[in-house]
Amino acid sequence: MTAVSLRHISRRFGEHLAVRDLNLDIDSGELVAFLGPSGCGKTTTLRMITGLIEPTSGDVLFDGESVLSTPTERRGAVMVFQKHLLFPTMNVAQNVGFGLKMAKVSKDEAAQRVEDILDLVDLPGLEHRKAHELSGGQQQRVALARALVVRPKVLLLDEPLANLDANLRITMRHLIRSIQKELGITAIFVTHDQEEAVMLADRVALMFDGVLQQVGAPDEFFRAPRTTGIARFFRNGNFLRGRRQGSIVRTDVGDIEIAPGSTNGRDGPTVLTVRPEEVQLVTKDTPQDNVVPAVVTSLIYMGSHSQLTVTIGDTPWQIHAPAAFRASNGDTIQIRLPRDHVSIVSDDDDTVAEQSGAAPPNQTTIA
Amino acid sequence: MSVNPEQRTGLVPRWARWIAVTSIVVFVLVPIGTLVIWSFAFRWNFPNILPTEWGLRAWSYTASDSSRVIEGLWNSTRLALVVTLMAIIVGLPASRALGQHEFRGKTTVEWLLMMPIIVPALVATMGIHQIFIRLRLTETLFGVALVHLIPAIPYFVLVMASVFANYGTALEDTARSLGANRYKVFRYVTFPAISSGLLVASMFTFLISWGQYVTTLLIGGGTFVTLPLVLFPFLSGGNNSTAAAISLVFVAPAIVVLVMTSRQLSRDSALMGGFGKL
Repeated sequence: MTAVSLRHISRRFGEHLAVRDLNLDIDSGELVAFLGPSGCGKTTTLRMITGLIEPTSGDVLFDGESVLSTPTERRGAVMVFQKHLLFPTMNVAQNVGFGLKMAKVSKDEAAQRVEDILDLVDLPGLEHRKAHELSGGQQQRVALARALVVRPKVLLLDEPLANLDANLRITMRHLIRSIQKELGITAIFVTHDQEEAVMLADRVALMFDGVLQQVGAPDEFFRAPRTTGIARFFRNGNFLRGRRQGSIVRTDVGDIEIAPGSTNGRDGPTVLTVRPEEVQLVTKDTPQDNVVPAVVTSLIYMGSHSQLTVTIGDTPWQIHAPAAFRASNGDTIQIRLPRDHVSIVSDDDDTVAEQSGAAPPNQTTIA
Repeated sequence: MSVNPEQRTGLVPRWARWIAVTSIVVFVLVPIGTLVIWSFAFRWNFPNILPTEWGLRAWSYTASDSSRVIEGLWNSTRLALVVTLMAIIVGLPASRALGQHEFRGKTTVEWLLMMPIIVPALVATMGIHQIFIRLRLTETLFGVALVHLIPAIPYFVLVMASVFANYGTALEDTARSLGANRYKVFRYVTFPAISSGLLVASMFTFLISWGQYVTTLLIGGGTFVTLPLVLFPFLSGGNNSTAAAISLVFVAPAIVVLVMTSRQLSRDSALMGGFGKL
């Protein structure tokens, strides 16, 4: 069942279009991560869901009904921020109980629910502590408890872990994930950290410049990024241009076979990509299809692996080589692009040219 | 995030603290002590370190109707309270906007707010006087209060804008999303967070109004008599004992305010952040 629907929502700030014609349905009990660099419109989208700002156009629906005319305090979309987490003049119990007090829940019931939720976030017995007497991680748990205790229709987390140190962040990710699943709460998580999005979310919604780029399960962004920009955001800058004919891409360094089911794109000029960790270094045992020559330009030992940079034709590629791999700069090696890991991406530069209208094909050579 | 107070004092060398303490004694306590002695002096001639005769004449004159000190005290007090109230009503929304929102022309507005501090109040008051005569606002408490707002508002807004900027909007947004309407957000979240800053800003405003002389004289036309107006003739008139007694009445609220706000000022350095713009 769809819990939250965003229908063609846009938001303009003066001349700046912060969010452009965004469409997304979020299922009940689902955890969706809005991912993108800062300023991409993900937080603006979150605030439109809460009602803290209104969309310039479009509609926001909760359970199939428009909530645009419902003020924030009656929407049941509860936010958790990264800093200024707790009300400083209140103790933990008052903080967690704030939403219940606003909803005029009876004192006995409120006290019971506060106690239960503090158990759930693993903070029993801290009811009377003040905010400044808690560690950063504890404050984060209290903020989470305060949001959960009112049983929100949708829980909105705006980079809630950005201020925590690395170890604590991992613990908190697991906590958020397990509680969200346990309570079956619909949640939206805003982050600029692709690792966090991939670990936490059922689905990732990637945004650049106010435009939703791709929505899907986390692995889709690795297996089948839609564009070169998306691939780059997920740390994959390996691109090879060619001309597609059915399931073959003809490139300057040879023909590359792609999986027959690959539907992204059509025959004609195209770009293919293989993630650094899927590129194989050819040994005697590996099958000899989809093999291309590559020239080593650098090899950096990284401990668990070595980061190998090569050029294929004149295109630089990154490869995760085994830690023990040895080669000298200028060596020509053979690498294999496994058929099932070759994906076709559309080139962002071409897309931009198409959108802006009459960009001459030789523009890049002038620039 | 807050610095451990022990560390903070540790950053100040011992000699610097000695200089600070000595300056306070020399520049604050000695003059006030002298005033106290003068106010009880009956006869105090040059070579003597202390008065040769003591008396309560200065104080009994101060308390009498003919000195107009009681009238001035009453006028100064209600005037300063009205100015403070007006500064809160006008300045609170303005400082919130300046502290928490970005808008076109913000720098211009900040500059305009500084103008009363840069341009002598006398200049502006001369022009305002002409307009107030036409509006029949001269010689009224309300008229004088309006003119006192000119020097008071910049200080009030500077302090409060930095309080608002420091406190941000995330807590209010959180409270809204948890089901609090705008009134409840203000009552349970905003007000407790800004109250200590508001207290300091209000006391500053009170003191600025309390100390006004020229603006009161011009707009009040000598009919609306405040404490500085009562005090001035005695300062130039040569009766040191009476001038000292009235001066003590005049500085009393400032000392009370200083003592009451010193804790807030030393604890919450963000309050003073706004003065960095001066």
